[in-house]
Amino acid sequence: MSSLRQIAFYGKGGIGKSTTSQNTLAALAELGHRILIVGCDPKADSTRLILHAKAQDTILSLAAAAGSVEDLEIEEVMKIGFKDIKCVESGGPEPGVGCAGRGVITSINFLEENGAYEDIDYVSYDVLGDVVCGGFAMPIRENKAQEIYIVMSGEMMAMYAANNISKGILKYANSGGVRLGGLVCNERQTDKELELAEAMAKKLGTELIYFVPRDNIVQHAELRRMTVLEYAPESQQAQHYRNLANKIHNNAGKGIIPTPITMDELEDMLMEHGIMKPVDESVVGKTASELAVEMA
Amino acid sequence: MSLTKTQSVAEIKARNKELIAEVLEVYPEKTAKRRAKHLNVHEAGKADCGVKSNLKSIPGVMTIRGCAYAGSKGVVWGPIKDMIHISHGPVGCGQYSWAARRNYYIGTTGIDTFVTMQFTSDFQEKDIVFGGDKKLLKIMDEIQELFPLNNGITVQSECPIGLIGDDIEAVSKAKSKEFGGKTIVPVRCEGFRGVSQSLGHHIANDAIRDFVFDKMDPDAAPKFEPTPYDVAIIGDYNIGGDAWSSRILLEEMGLRVIAQWSGDGSLAELEATPKAKLNVLHCYRSMNYISRHMEEKFGIPWCEYNFFGPSKIAESLRKIASYFDDKIKEGAERVIAKYQPLMDAVIAKYRPRLEGKTVMLFVGGLRPRHVIGAYEDLGMEVVGTGYEFGHNDDYQRTAQHYVKDGTLIYDDVTGYEFEKFVEKIQPDLVGSGIKEKYVFQKMGVPFRQMHSWDYSGPYHGYDGFAIFARDMDMAINAPIWKMAKTPWKGVPKPNLIAAD
Repeated sequence: MSSLRQIAFYGKGGIGKSTTSQNTLAALAELGHRILIVGCDPKADSTRLILHAKAQDTILSLAAAAGSVEDLEIEEVMKIGFKDIKCVESGGPEPGVGCAGRGVITSINFLEENGAYEDIDYVSYDVLGDVVCGGFAMPIRENKAQEIYIVMSGEMMAMYAANNISKGILKYANSGGVRLGGLVCNERQTDKELELAEAMAKKLGTELIYFVPRDNIVQHAELRRMTVLEYAPESQQAQHYRNLANKIHNNAGKGIIPTPITMDELEDMLMEHGIMKPVDESVVGKTASELAVEMA
Repeated sequence: MSLTKTQSVAEIKARNKELIAEVLEVYPEKTAKRRAKHLNVHEAGKADCGVKSNLKSIPGVMTIRGCAYAGSKGVVWGPIKDMIHISHGPVGCGQYSWAARRNYYIGTTGIDTFVTMQFTSDFQEKDIVFGGDKKLLKIMDEIQELFPLNNGITVQSECPIGLIGDDIEAVSKAKSKEFGGKTIVPVRCEGFRGVSQSLGHHIANDAIRDFVFDKMDPDAAPKFEPTPYDVAIIGDYNIGGDAWSSRILLEEMGLRVIAQWSGDGSLAELEATPKAKLNVLHCYRSMNYISRHMEEKFGIPWCEYNFFGPSKIAESLRKIASYFDDKIKEGAERVIAKYQPLMDAVIAKYRPRLEGKTVMLFVGGLRPRHVIGAYEDLGMEVVGTGYEFGHNDDYQRTAQHYVKDGTLIYDDVTGYEFEKFVEKIQPDLVGSGIKEKYVFQKMGVPFRQMHSWDYSGPYHGYDGFAIFARDMDMAINAPIWKMAKTPWKGVPKPNLIAAD
């Protein structure tokens, strides 16, 4: 058995993390790698394209039903999907109650203690949008993911999130050895997107390892709860995901400690590329009517 | 054995200042700077003790403080005997606050009273992840079924409740409605709030205001026939029966005690209090909030009193009587006169054995100042004192009414400081809590627990003073101390002790 690669996909909510990660992992599976996907989002939708299922039984819901997580067997929570990819979902409380972060910690500990990581080549963690608390930072802590791939786009908030995630990686980089594997740009067709994504990667001290072009075929596959790799293996888009999978596979050990930038630096970067206009400090915090008076 | 007796006030002050400098020396610079503000030598005539208080303790110093949950569950709410107090969260906080603080009460435990029982939601991992509201609903159902004579329920929040955002207010409201308007009080006393148990007292006081007083119909007739002499005892937790030995004095002088807050207290007594003519307040720190609220809202005056030792008792009885007519004033004099012979006998017996002995205190809400008078009645001297969780108004009261010039003051004392101070000052007695007890006894210094009265009491009132005097004598003059000296070390001959 080759040594276990542990990777994680992070990124702003709605950016296409789950879609990108599942397609990429499906491509890795095609190459013959044995894969485990750990969904770390209370919505439990990180594995639906692999399993063709709306939602699967989650670790936490089964644990709650059984009494405690100690009462669970790994077989109950692990499902097998496309190309024998193993899938588990952490799950968590409904919005507004309890502590989803603690749920992630509980689930990952359960998986480790019960040998879920044996006989596989890749573990991939798919984590919800923002690292809101310590629980969601679990996959980047000690002895978890070695490389983080940040899915982003040319939108300002996506880059802002990428920068924040880099801060989280930096925090744990020295204690746990987690590294930033690179950025994956999921095309949104915003202005100068590739240029910005590359600039952002440079600022963070990493590389844009792949630019995934927008293609409606992804939508078609999603509607059928399938990856593009399975729905249309001959398509150009499937080839893009294979390329990305190869990049990731060959990126082992090449992760870096990111150099996150300040909000001001981020804004300066957007201005440099002509995306944002310089802010007139004299109008900050003024209402429309106040400005109208000043203009007159 | 004390070194202080032969020294002048100026010498004592100099020694105490030197001692403070000495303990501060071992701290890192930043810690020394912060701790320096909490240590002082009292200067007579000053309005306060010259120390900062109610500030965050420094990690690593072994503070003696508790938490907000301790302040609410352990102090204010726990003794309310006919309500069931749920320790809501993981099991530890409930386990360690089980059986209360020796808040004595009358009733049949498990039937109509519940103080020494322990109810907890015993949070498991799934309750953290999915929230504990459903479990709380179920517990309330079980309580209602198993203990149908309970008169109300409180939810005492442990830390995780505030972290995971459980809606205990909604659960309480829903169950109150379902149980026909039963009083169910959600208390947001999560342990991480504030710097000590003090905030827990405040939160608990506010919960009484919001969930007991505000739920009552203000125009409803009282459920009892009021008299002009109705008073409520506020801030007496009936430790070892303290409130009982206080209550009889008020009753003997002609007053009627309609409520005890909260030792041996009940929900009905809380509800009756807005009809009191005067609130008499013993523990100012833990219940001044609700006293002020009742003054503002219901126009009830409140007066602080001190029932430790005959001097302060007489002073307090006269002060309380001054709010009433001549009948009560005469009653106060009658009570003072009646107990004078008993007090004279107690003092005649114990004062010769305790005269000149020195005491260092470190306690909680009121005792760092209130017991000073009782020691002085026995001819003893308090040479150092401090509060676990006092505020500046406590130190003002201490400075203006209690401590002598040159007294060493230590706020939120650290384990190291307390040991050093006692080692250098060598008092004849240390009065503090269980965590401190064995440290000092092993140093060969007599000790009394001044939170729990060392499983004795009551200490309040005239009857309490007789027990207090006996206990202090028992601690200081125990023959054991003669045997505690290392025989092969050339220690100077111990002073003759009164027991010889």
